Amino acid sequence: MTLNAILITGRTINQGATIENKTSLDYQEATALCELNSKDIGILGIKPGSQISVKTDHGDVVVKLKENNGNPDGMAFIPMGPWANAVVDPDTKGCGMPGFKGIKARLEPTDKKILSMKDLIARYK
Amino acid sequence: MTVITDALCPFCGCLCDDLTIVVENNKITDIKNACKLGSAKIMGHHRIEAPMMRADKKSEFKEVSYDEAINEAASILFKSKRPLMYGWASAVCEVHKKGILLAEEVGAIIDNTATVCHAPSTLAVHEKGLPTATLGQVKNRSDVVVFWGSNPVHAHPRHMGRYSVFAKGFFQEKGRKGRKVIVVDVRKTETASMADEFVQVQQGSDYLVISALRAILSGHADVVPESVGGVTKEQLSKLVDTLKAAKFGAVFFGMGLTQSISRYKNIDNAISLITELNAYTKYVITPMRGHYNVTGFGQVCSWETGFATAVDFARGAPYYNPGETAANDVLMRKETDAAMIIAGDAGAHFPADSVRHLARIPVVQIDPYWNPTTEVSNVVIPVAICGVEVEGTAYRMDGVSMRMRKMIEPTLPTDVEILEKITQRVRELRGE
Ligand code: SF4
Repeated sequence: MTLNAILITGRTINQGATIENKTSLDYQEATALCELNSKDIGILGIKPGSQISVKTDHGDVVVKLKENNGNPDGMAFIPMGPWANAVVDPDTKGCGMPGFKGIKARLEPTDKKILSMKDLIARYK
Repeated sequence: MTVITDALCPFCGCLCDDLTIVVENNKITDIKNACKLGSAKIMGHHRIEAPMMRADKKSEFKEVSYDEAINEAASILFKSKRPLMYGWASAVCEVHKKGILLAEEVGAIIDNTATVCHAPSTLAVHEKGLPTATLGQVKNRSDVVVFWGSNPVHAHPRHMGRYSVFAKGFFQEKGRKGRKVIVVDVRKTETASMADEFVQVQQGSDYLVISALRAILSGHADVVPESVGGVTKEQLSKLVDTLKAAKFGAVFFGMGLTQSISRYKNIDNAISLITELNAYTKYVITPMRGHYNVTGFGQVCSWETGFATAVDFARGAPYYNPGETAANDVLMRKETDAAMIIAGDAGAHFPADSVRHLARIPVVQIDPYWNPTTEVSNVVIPVAICGVEVEGTAYRMDGVSMRMRKMIEPTLPTDVEILEKITQRVRELRGE
């Protein structure tokens, strides 16, 4: 199933604790994930820990699904970092700041692999 | 064994200054008082050990000498018509000073990590000023604390304990019991779970909610609809009563305001609310700054150039216009033809299109760690870690400056040494 959501990105404690260690699997585990509440996870019909494809008008990325019942319905959260930034809105709206929060996203279950940090950045070269 | 007391934490804008560090044989073996974020950084991670270079970004790096890397870095900046020098937040003010000098000499744009953090707050401060206070005042006096679009449990773990929610102060002996804590956010964060009152706004509606609060505060509740941005008029009215009842209220705000639609206008509106609350009682507002010295760059850049960040030296004199001269503006317009990324990670924290452009132009990285910026760099110069191996000045989120201690001896050159040599080499290339 597809879920249309509003995506926000931001800090988490595990993202921060691994921020100076971005080649590590710990950093990937901390940031290559998307949090949804259990109702939205039910709509997708997959379990937390499964891969999920996040597509926006600005890009696409595969991350791991995580449950967070603090999120309202239809809200997706990805910790700040290269996976989140693959799909955020680059428009600085005339004040220098890209759109890291409030991006329309389409979420779908996927079998595709989560790219490592190196492979993710290699897509840009 | 050496024990360093009252050491400063080089991680977040709380700049905690009560750490105890145990050092044995130039290795840190124990840390007391730091949170998970600070400990992780101070205990250390895998480092880049030697300078590296490559012509083609798809090929592997080759180790080179510091001199070779410095010469190449200088040559890239010298040849560039529109260089960008970005980062700075994980370095002490002494580094900023050298960086700004180099930026002026090569006619670069210099911008710091605030550009994806609190730079919109600076724009709002230009419009409205900033009724603020030190964190010491908040600790000693506050009885209402509001976190708006910020989540200190995750991003500033000791903020609530040391300065705001739980801290016992001179006029606030009861700590948590003496305070009302309000969290405004789009989702129920761990910080929200600890609050007395959680106000859940619809994503992108902060401006509307602040405007509604201002209307109610100024006696115009009649114009406010029954629900604004997902918040009932009843809750908004109650919130205004709580805010007004404070003896000393402190509002802390984060990326929930700076990064959502309306950007700096959200903060502009929030500052107006604080100004208006000051007609009734004492209120202050403070941005929750991320990196430990992102505030310091704003200070140094302001006193050196007149502007806090996003300063363009192309005309010879400093020019500032975020939206035109901020890092992502010039990358998105594909205007930048070379970049130096230092003490910040554009590769990880900029949108894909900006990183795509970095991948197309010569990039020099000066940093202790291998990160996504390394992946798009041509020249990589590893350095000592400021605040752990290098002493210097840093500014806490409230603008209080403090001296970072050196905990251990560096084994690599410092940012200041590298920037001085690059500047020297640029002057030689110019025939000076
Ligand atoms: S709250 Fe911030 S400054 Fe204090 S110990 Fe944690 S990371 Fe360091």
